Amino acid sequence: MPNIVVLVKRVPDTNARIVVSGDRVDLSSVKWVISPYDEFAIEIALQHKEADGGTVTALTLGSSDSDKVLKDAKAIGVDEIVRVWNDSWTELDSNGVQSALAQAITNLGAEVVYCGKTAADTGAGSTGPGVAERLGWASVSNITDASFTGGLTVTTPVESGSAKVSVSGNAVISCDKGNLKVRKPNVKGIMMAKRAQVNVVSADAPSSTVTIVSQSPPPAKPAGKKYEGGSSAEEVARLLRDEANVI
Amino acid sequence: MSESVIIAETNKGSIAPVTAELVSAAIALGTSPTVIVPCTDASIADGAGYDGVSRTIAVKGDCFANYDASSWAAAIDAAAPSGIIIAAATPQSKDVAARVAARRGLSIVQDVVAINGMNLTSPIYSGKAMQTVSLSGDAAVSVRANVFPAAASSAANVSVVDQSGDVSTAVQEIIARASQRLDVAEANIIISGGRGMGSPDNFSHLEKIADVLGAAVGASRAAVDTWEDIPHSMQVGQTGKTVNPNLYIAVGISGAIQHLAGMRSSKYIVAVNKDADAPIFSHADYGIVATWEETLPVLESALSSMMS
Ligand SMILES: Cc1cc2nc3c(=O)[nH]c(=O)nc-3n(C[C@H](O)[C@H](O)[C@H](O)COP(=O)(O)OP(=O)(O)OC[C@H]3O[C@@H](n4cnc5c(N)ncnc54)[C@H](O)[C@@H]3O)c2cc1C
Ligand SMILES: Nc1ncnc2c1ncn2[C@@H]1O[C@H](COP(=O)(O)O)[C@@H](O)[C@H]1O
Repeated sequence: MPNIVVLVKRVPDTNARIVVSGDRVDLSSVKWVISPYDEFAIEIALQHKEADGGTVTALTLGSSDSDKVLKDAKAIGVDEIVRVWNDSWTELDSNGVQSALAQAITNLGAEVVYCGKTAADTGAGSTGPGVAERLGWASVSNITDASFTGGLTVTTPVESGSAKVSVSGNAVISCDKGNLKVRKPNVKGIMMAKRAQVNVVSADAPSSTVTIVSQSPPPAKPAGKKYEGGSSAEEVARLLRDEANVI
Repeated sequence: MSESVIIAETNKGSIAPVTAELVSAAIALGTSPTVIVPCTDASIADGAGYDGVSRTIAVKGDCFANYDASSWAAAIDAAAPSGIIIAAATPQSKDVAARVAARRGLSIVQDVVAINGMNLTSPIYSGKAMQTVSLSGDAAVSVRANVFPAAASSAANVSVVDQSGDVSTAVQEIIARASQRLDVAEANIIISGGRGMGSPDNFSHLEKIADVLGAAVGASRAAVDTWEDIPHSMQVGQTGKTVNPNLYIAVGISGAIQHLAGMRSSKYIVAVNKDADAPIFSHADYGIVATWEETLPVLESALSSMMS
């Protein structure tokens, strides 16, 4: 019966307006949520447990601010919630985040880890494959479906379409949206989540070699040209060739 | 000068054009690049010579016949010298670069769109802000396409390394993509339709223009959710694909924030919408306030005569 870990990250709601003040993004008034792809990871982790038994532990790396998303994961149906943190951490780079998560995963005795394809803040997609490498495990990224009969088989995009890939041994699987419907917390789940205890663990992280210099609003585009009527498509086609040089 | 290692982007057994852009990125970082070509047939590395590159290493291995992240990373790591690792910001190369970085205990910066000395800029919060970081020491970096100029080709000085990696995943079955059309994630030009197209059949008007331009056809989430015939693989946006083409044509798409998240970094945006107040117009370089019914035939014939 597999020991399953799902990685969840606290991020600003994707509808939030991102304001820059000075040279940093100001997140003091955004609403925080579980990163959207992590919801698919939770769903697949729960389906895995339903098929094979075992336990699902939601793991996050973050300060106590992240307890809320762990409790949200608990309300959806995970068994255990764990947060890895060390008060000496300030801005961890990807090396730090992955090292610390890999230690926590090892200490939890996990055999399979699900995570999001990309986090809504970084958009990176580094954590799944990076953690897998540190654990010496297989990884498959951006999966859109999974089945559990006769071992783990996942669907992942390839050059010519998509591939069904079977995974032997321990693995980190990063999850895309696919056609999954994610379950929502029910009343019982929400009650249980209220009483749930976050298990806080520590880990070591190497010092950062990537440091944030500044954050800024996206470059403003010059105002575009606007035309009325379908016949203007002819003029636009000409501009695409002569002004924009893109065709 | 410090060293860098470019992981060549390959596509259907040949070197993809973005590789030449990675050479310019390596030079912008002030590094001297070696190009690594993962392959099953080392002859493709002959196409990976560029001005400014003194060495091309073909890493030849059976493991490169199919994509397995772990074996690719192991084989590339074993053959590559040390230095800053540079890859294209495509889904597969970002994945490999993340594993190679982790193997070497390095950090990784993905989706770089500007380089200034050791300062790298990438979008964060789905492009709602930009972040500049500085590197102290080696790291891995993935670079978006269509950002840096392509370095000029020159004769490649190729050495071949035989390398195998233990494959830990196995492809059971390939499910072919329904249409033979280009994937939006790979296209330089994309024409997308939204709910305003009225029915999935009307996407044929977009396909005609896509054929003229060699473009991919994309869709909004409303189109994907409403019509079974429009697959999720076409969806552009926050829960679809993030694209960065030279030209993005949005037809009958309102321009919701989640759609913009996937395409706002396109170099040029054209919008066709009958509603003059549709939010997409604030992001369009060229906006046409009209129905698609009256616009697309004109656009198609104008483009056809220009392209022939
Ligand atoms: C968590 C979350 C994630 C999401 N992710 C995505 C995503 O990845 N991608 C995405 O696209 N959306 C996403 N959405 C949905 C998004 O909010 C919008 O609902 C969606 O983008 C709207 O699609 P649309 O513009 O095609 O449809 P609509 O908003 O219905 O707009 C249709 C447009 O067509 C125009 N129109 C109608 N008839 C014509 C005509 N004959 N000719 C020309 N124009 C016409 C109308 O004026 C209108 O502007 C997400 C939403 C949420 C909450
Ligand atoms: N601090 C974190 N805590 C828990 N999981 C994380 C953290 N950072 C990233 N992840 C997981 O890794 C995925 C990809 O993140 P990223 O590599 O930043 O795009 C996320 O969707 C999460 O599942």
